[in-house]
Amino acid sequence: MSECPVCGAEISLASDTVVGELLECTDCGSELEVTELKPLTLAEAPESEEDWGE
Amino acid sequence: MIRVSIVGGSGYTGGELLRLLLFHSECTVQQITSERSAGKFVHNAHPNLRGITRLKFCAVDELKSCDLLFLCLPHGEIMAGIDRFQTLAPRLIDLSADFRLSDAETYMRWYGRPHLRPDLLGTFAYGVPEINRENIVQADHVACAGCNATASTLAVRPLVRRNLVESVVIEVKAGSSEGGNAGSAASHHPERSGAVRSYQPTGHRHVGEMKQVLGDIAIHFSATSIEMVRGILATCHVFLNDDLDEKAVWKIYREDYSEEPFIRIVKERGGIHRYPEPKLLAGTNYCDIGFERDASSNRLVVISAIDNLMKGAAGQAIQCFNLMHGFNETCGLEFPGLHPI
Repeated sequence: MSECPVCGAEISLASDTVVGELLECTDCGSELEVTELKPLTLAEAPESEEDWGE
Repeated sequence: MIRVSIVGGSGYTGGELLRLLLFHSECTVQQITSERSAGKFVHNAHPNLRGITRLKFCAVDELKSCDLLFLCLPHGEIMAGIDRFQTLAPRLIDLSADFRLSDAETYMRWYGRPHLRPDLLGTFAYGVPEINRENIVQADHVACAGCNATASTLAVRPLVRRNLVESVVIEVKAGSSEGGNAGSAASHHPERSGAVRSYQPTGHRHVGEMKQVLGDIAIHFSATSIEMVRGILATCHVFLNDDLDEKAVWKIYREDYSEEPFIRIVKERGGIHRYPEPKLLAGTNYCDIGFERDASSNRLVVISAIDNLMKGAAGQAIQCFNLMHGFNETCGLEFPGLHPI
């Protein structure tokens, strides 16, 4: 069990979760990344940025 | 089966109530009244019910005893006829404003006329289950809340009851069905179409209810009628007396509403509909609530959306009906809405 770093929702993960896995918070919709397994830690996944060619 | 009748059934609220009751598994609609349409099929007033029922409107004088009366007459007419309604049914659900307020002085202040039955004020349970469920369950008489008051109080009450609010400014954007089905020069299509009409910048009657529910905090309320038939969007600018971050606000709203079947917290990081949107709630009993903390001030913007004819009137009445009879609270209210619409 872990917690969404954005809204605090409880998030449960499967036992075969790996570092780098992406998931979506069911409460706030944030895209989250598993950054550590022990302890289980989630961070906001970096958003893909647009390149406007400047 | 519970035998129910609707008093004042030709308006939009009465029609919505009939639509819900005809598909409710635990009740049967015995009669529905309309003085001007007495003798006519209900689908003349509510064409969406064509082929669904052969019920005809009757006059109030023709009403027979039943288990529960839904009272949908205009404000003022319920209190005038309350003695007769009480003899017809042991249980009443009033959708007008007549018995929402608990004392005659407050009624006079907000409605500008004396209450005809001040002895009965305070005897009706205020009909917002999320605020007053325990009393509704035990009540024989329920007064459903005003639509704007419902949207506003559900939005800010979690903060108010934790003493976190310095003041609140509420701006409601409302659909035209709030005004009922009687035409006027103001609702004439060339005048109404495309209008953004400041309906009541100050002094709206529903503020009386809000103060009754929320207590003596500073509430500044304005209502604007917009190009929408159904729906309310309440934007509540809450000025906090504490430095809450968004995670703390999430926690508060989860504590109060995570078990509520008709309240959803809508605050998404992406997608098209990130905050409550009344269009998506048409025909449903949901109240969607979202929020955003202003990083540069003590302002928290709380946004709520409902269908004014559902959670703001008929749906709320059915939810109360279910609670009063020990039925599943969601019975007859399962419709999830349409998308796209």
